[in-house]
Amino acid sequence: MNALMSYLDPRVTATPGSAGNELWALIYVFVIFAGVAVIVLSMNWLERKALAHFQIRLGPMRVGPHGLLQPIADALKLMTKEDIVPADADEVVFRFAPVIGLLAAFTVYIVIPFGPSQAVTDMNIGILFMLGVSSLGVLGIVTAGWSSNSHYPLIGALRSSAQIISYEVAMGLAVVSALLMTSLNAQGTGTLSMIGIVQAQQQQHIWFVFKFFPLGFIALIIFAIAMVAETNRAPFDLPEAESELTAGFHTEYSGLRWSLFMLAEYAAMIAVSSIAVTLWLGGWMHPFPNWLNGPTWEFIFSLFPGLTFGGLALIAFIGTARMPSHPYFKIQRAGLAIFAVFLGFLALLLLAIAVAGHANDASIAARCREGVDNIYWFMLKVAVFMYLFIWYRATWPRYRFDQLMKVGWKVLLPISLGVLIVTAIVGVIFG
Amino acid sequence: MNPAIVNPGAAPIATTFFFYFLAAAAILSGLVVITRRNAVHSALALIVTLLSVAGLYLMLYAPFVAGVQIIVYAGGIMVLFLFVIMLVNIEVTVKDRQFNRIWPIGLVASCLLLTIFIGAYSKGKSLLLDRATQLPEAVNTQAIAGYLYGDAGHMGQYTFAFEIASLLLLVAILGAVIMTKKKI
Repeated sequence: MNALMSYLDPRVTATPGSAGNELWALIYVFVIFAGVAVIVLSMNWLERKALAHFQIRLGPMRVGPHGLLQPIADALKLMTKEDIVPADADEVVFRFAPVIGLLAAFTVYIVIPFGPSQAVTDMNIGILFMLGVSSLGVLGIVTAGWSSNSHYPLIGALRSSAQIISYEVAMGLAVVSALLMTSLNAQGTGTLSMIGIVQAQQQQHIWFVFKFFPLGFIALIIFAIAMVAETNRAPFDLPEAESELTAGFHTEYSGLRWSLFMLAEYAAMIAVSSIAVTLWLGGWMHPFPNWLNGPTWEFIFSLFPGLTFGGLALIAFIGTARMPSHPYFKIQRAGLAIFAVFLGFLALLLLAIAVAGHANDASIAARCREGVDNIYWFMLKVAVFMYLFIWYRATWPRYRFDQLMKVGWKVLLPISLGVLIVTAIVGVIFG
Repeated sequence: MNPAIVNPGAAPIATTFFFYFLAAAAILSGLVVITRRNAVHSALALIVTLLSVAGLYLMLYAPFVAGVQIIVYAGGIMVLFLFVIMLVNIEVTVKDRQFNRIWPIGLVASCLLLTIFIGAYSKGKSLLLDRATQLPEAVNTQAIAGYLYGDAGHMGQYTFAFEIASLLLLVAILGAVIMTKKKI
């Protein structure tokens, strides 16, 4: 009981992991798991809708208003589909491969800092742990491709392992140049901890994307390119290039196991986006933390989460009002209205927390407001990257494999090495 | 960093249960590595071994070594291993008999290793140097950097060895490039 209550105390500022509080660590893990699952479902819907609108189509429209329930219908379909294991496949490895990818994608979430205390734990080697564990995800792809005992999956797996190892080099060097910046403050102590990296940006009063301009910016661009290749997304989706390899490494998979691959892919996308946000974009800080600070601005920024949900509720209400009055749409209309009311209620709750937290600085509401703020701004920045993933997919044609390797080794690697060296020199001179 | 109010009565999570769990996982998967005829299964089991050893490093308060173990061995080298093994025709290798005759050497080497283990277990305190000061986890990684590159506390006493090791890797890379390229 004591352990359960301890985190409701507004003065606790440590993550449950570093405080040794297993109970709350477990609660955080469950919350993150559920949140990521919901985000993956909504990303699925958003991606299909956005891609459709990029191509002047409508996208899913039938299940639920504007196809809002399509991901749930898809999930049900995938869960009830037969789980086929090919006759010549290596059965144990075949069954286990999607789980490897999923484990690697979800394990990294324990160090993602949604706020100074809104993380499962704060590791001394946070970023190293993230890069290491997310690089294990390729094992899932490789084993899936090999164990299928079929040509397309094997080629997909080979492409994937070559691609991920190549881009990991440039990615790692870009990360190192950002890590160098943490050590170039007055104290001269660098850090690998994810929370420590954001706090270093707080102390230096600059997001690393703007530090030593344009060095931080170039490093972010390199990371942003490499992370698309790491997650096998278009235009680097050669491991699953449907025009060449049917579906690449997961050609032989069906049903639930196939959906585990999808889940792992989206979870990995969120994870790498949050690395980028943490390292370069100030993590949980709201925009312009130097100019727009003080209680008034804090209050204004804390209204944003509530206003966002209010806006979503408004859109849903407009959708309800514009629904055709044909009896066929009766259930859809009622459903959308309920959804809108739910969103509106959430918006009111968040606004109430913001106002109550502003009124009394030491109350539990103030701590809730801080937590909501941190998570909101972090997720908003991640959402921008997630939208970029969709945008890339709609905009660029797929690379050829030799072009992919050329970009990785002959363009990104030299640039990231150069950025690293120049950052070190500039840091020693001006840091 | 802001001083964190730590939960009172926090017990260390690294309990003996985890030690025995990780050690058992490492040994069992190690046995799988040498008993499977299918090379891919062996490689996958080796990854489990490496990961459990990384967990043991974490329990020894060496998080940096654990992280590097995961990145370099489990994530990098083993993926390349698998990459190569996947191209080998497994069905042939499964039927093939082992054709090298080095098992006597292996036996001698493992007996020597066993002797060391027994020695360390029975009188470890006197046999091994007991100078490892336990650093708190927060400064462990910084201490490694100090030993390698030098700072006020540690004077960089291993800088030379570290640079020599990197030279060795450079030679290996050059060798690989020369072997694959006919014309440079």
